[in-house]
Amino acid sequence: MNRVGWALGAVVLGLGMLVAGLYLTGYDAAAALAALWTGAFGSWYAFTSATLVRAVPLILIGLGIAIAFRGGAFNIGAEGQFYAGAIAATWIGIHLSTQPAWLAIPVLLVGSVVAGAAWVAVPVWLKLRFGVIEVISTLLLNFVGESLVSLLVQGPLQEPSGIYPQSDTIPEVARLPVLQGSRLHAGIFLALAAALVLWYLFQRTLWGFRLRAVGAGPRAAEVSGGVDAQKTGAMALFYSGAMAGLAGGVEVSGVSYALFQNLSPGYGFTGIAVALLGGLNPMGVLLSGTLIAGLEAGAGAMQRDAGIPAVAVYVVEAVIIIVAMLATTPRGGWIKARVVRRIRPVMPRAAT
Amino acid sequence: MPGVLELSGIQKRFGSVQALRGADFVLADGEVHALLGENGAGKSTLMHVVYGLVQPDEGTLRLRGAERRIGSPRQARALGIGMVHQHFTAVPALTVAENIALAGGWLGHPHDLCRRARSLSERLGLPLNAEERAGRLTVGMKQRLEIVKALAADARVLLLDEPTAVLAPPEADELLAVIRAFADSGGSAVLITHKLDEALRVADRVTVLRHGAVTYAGPVAGESADSLAHAMIGPGTKPNLLAGDARRLPLATVGAALVRIEALELSRESGYGIAVRHGGLKIHGGEIVGVAAVEGNGQRELLRAVAGRTLPLRGRLEVKRPIGFIPEDRTSEGLIPELSLTENITLGLDREAPWVRRGHIDWAHARARTSELLQEFGIVAPGPQASAASLSGGNQQKLILARELSRAPAVLVAENPTRGLDVGAAAAIHARIDAAAAAGAAVLFYSSDLDEVLHLSHRIVVMCRGVLTEVAATASRAEIGSMMLRDMPA
Repeated sequence: MNRVGWALGAVVLGLGMLVAGLYLTGYDAAAALAALWTGAFGSWYAFTSATLVRAVPLILIGLGIAIAFRGGAFNIGAEGQFYAGAIAATWIGIHLSTQPAWLAIPVLLVGSVVAGAAWVAVPVWLKLRFGVIEVISTLLLNFVGESLVSLLVQGPLQEPSGIYPQSDTIPEVARLPVLQGSRLHAGIFLALAAALVLWYLFQRTLWGFRLRAVGAGPRAAEVSGGVDAQKTGAMALFYSGAMAGLAGGVEVSGVSYALFQNLSPGYGFTGIAVALLGGLNPMGVLLSGTLIAGLEAGAGAMQRDAGIPAVAVYVVEAVIIIVAMLATTPRGGWIKARVVRRIRPVMPRAAT
Repeated sequence: MPGVLELSGIQKRFGSVQALRGADFVLADGEVHALLGENGAGKSTLMHVVYGLVQPDEGTLRLRGAERRIGSPRQARALGIGMVHQHFTAVPALTVAENIALAGGWLGHPHDLCRRARSLSERLGLPLNAEERAGRLTVGMKQRLEIVKALAADARVLLLDEPTAVLAPPEADELLAVIRAFADSGGSAVLITHKLDEALRVADRVTVLRHGAVTYAGPVAGESADSLAHAMIGPGTKPNLLAGDARRLPLATVGAALVRIEALELSRESGYGIAVRHGGLKIHGGEIVGVAAVEGNGQRELLRAVAGRTLPLRGRLEVKRPIGFIPEDRTSEGLIPELSLTENITLGLDREAPWVRRGHIDWAHARARTSELLQEFGIVAPGPQASAASLSGGNQQKLILARELSRAPAVLVAENPTRGLDVGAAAAIHARIDAAAAAGAAVLFYSSDLDEVLHLSHRIVVMCRGVLTEVAATASRAEIGSMMLRDMPA
């Protein structure tokens, strides 16, 4: 498929740029790539504990971004929504630990979903009431979210000794089960299930069809389709925020067991790249989330084993994002879109 | 007579549409020249050739005797040609003075720019507050700014594209006086308009375009609104539609009234003002009612209200369902170009289509039905999974029609259903609309082409300034034309 071609091209080009950059700056590119591969996919442990653990939040956030973008709403605030979910999960985990054990995890995750959606409610309201562009409002709320975490871990949610800027750990009952011999937690099944469900919703249901119609042609969806485009876009933002919130809850419940600053290494932003690279397709997001997670996992190994700064991998990610952006512009490609746009107003297509 | 500007034999084709067919145009020194024509007659295209926005396929352009090819608006401005467009082109965030300086290519201290802008606008008789942000100006002031901008680079030829369309009568009068003064001081102005009385009042000479060709050119003196209207609307292109011909009769026996409108009032699409005043109309099954109107007289609002897309302010509006609706803008409102044909067929049908059950879509079923419709409506397409963008305009329109007719509508509403289509595609659309009426649907349509209204309708209503008037079956083409234009605001 065209989309797959673009995605593969993006990855190859990104890795090519990395190799070229390493070569020009005098590093051993072959050793770097070998370390990258070993650190990401080289062993069962690396794959599960490094790559897949990172893939879980990226996939969950990427799926949420895909919902928003498909519905024509641009949610750039997944980072803030992730933190909102993480805060809610931590708070619930610490304070409501006396209830039946089997209920702890569901309550914690539902809480993080609600918190993520609530976090995006502000941009939704601003958009519907005053026409504030959600790109700006969701983006700015990221900084609020990060600051709120700082505030909480040095104040109301700080661990009892008051020394470290982090929360108390959540109790065992609120932690997701972990695969034996690895750090991989049950959140991976949640990510897989979410991708499958979303794929079904997009492809087979009226809900998904209307969402796609609103994203692709809001005027036509309203005039010819009888769909309320504004409301659909607003709902897409809510679902998107809910997914990012869930990612935050899963991260706390499955990996960190506590809240602290920089809990997310930019998952909310990388999630946008994951969604775009995956062609806004849930199955594509599964693959692209795993791939990007592998790159980030491998970056650490590259630094350790080949002495190359891990940030070099961000070059690859940047190239992938740019190429993926070009691919997702209307009508399959940037150049074609430009040409079509320039010609169309002047030249109606030849009629039959 | 030697002119400042002489255009001869200008031809321009956009895809399948011939916009200009060998148009000639001469603009003399110190005159106001009205360029008249219906919507789509080619007025704007002709002036876009002069302003360098459109390159003609054939024909020559002479400026003060020298043959020129104007490649861009920048070049046109350098040659002393200014244009006031139909839409505003000022930068809202900049001040009036900054906008004028930008247009005139002025450089200097903001203070000096302000002074220069003020003195220019006062000299022109169009005083403006130079420090005000352009975005905060009223509509009348914005239009004023557009004219000052066009003249900031010392233009001697001023092209104005319907400059009074957005103005209230006193503002329009003021503006016309300025245009007159500009010409009296030695400049030359072209006034594109479809308002006859405006042309009669301020213009020295007039050129009338119809279907891209000049049907009249000469002095205004001695012309009347009727004679100009005749030149604009023409004698009719089909002999059997000449004056006095009886309208066609519905093919089916006229059934019950499926559309009932009484004392209907609709607000303008923009939200400001009234588009339709106290409208009354009944359409029976089997009838095709055509609306004849000049753009912006409330027909769009009427059609959208009947189609159930907008709510009336007051009055009675009863329309039998299901309703089929063909919106004017195919690619932004009628369909979604990047979705497949199957998805476009499902759009809007999703509440009644048999392939949608309890929120689930059976795409195989939808594809099969789409294939049937492609065949039935003679739509040329690679298959049901092709994107709508890959179809020609005519096939896109057939696709929309196929979708809307497949729900067996009791009422079909169509806005300019054949706009931009060639003769063959237009005839196919007409046949489909005829067949829908014959099958018992009540049809309400509007076309900016009066010939199409005359050709397709069983009954005709004219809309002028929001007022609906039923046309007598014996009314001639010329009578309908003057009804459409009669009450145009001054």
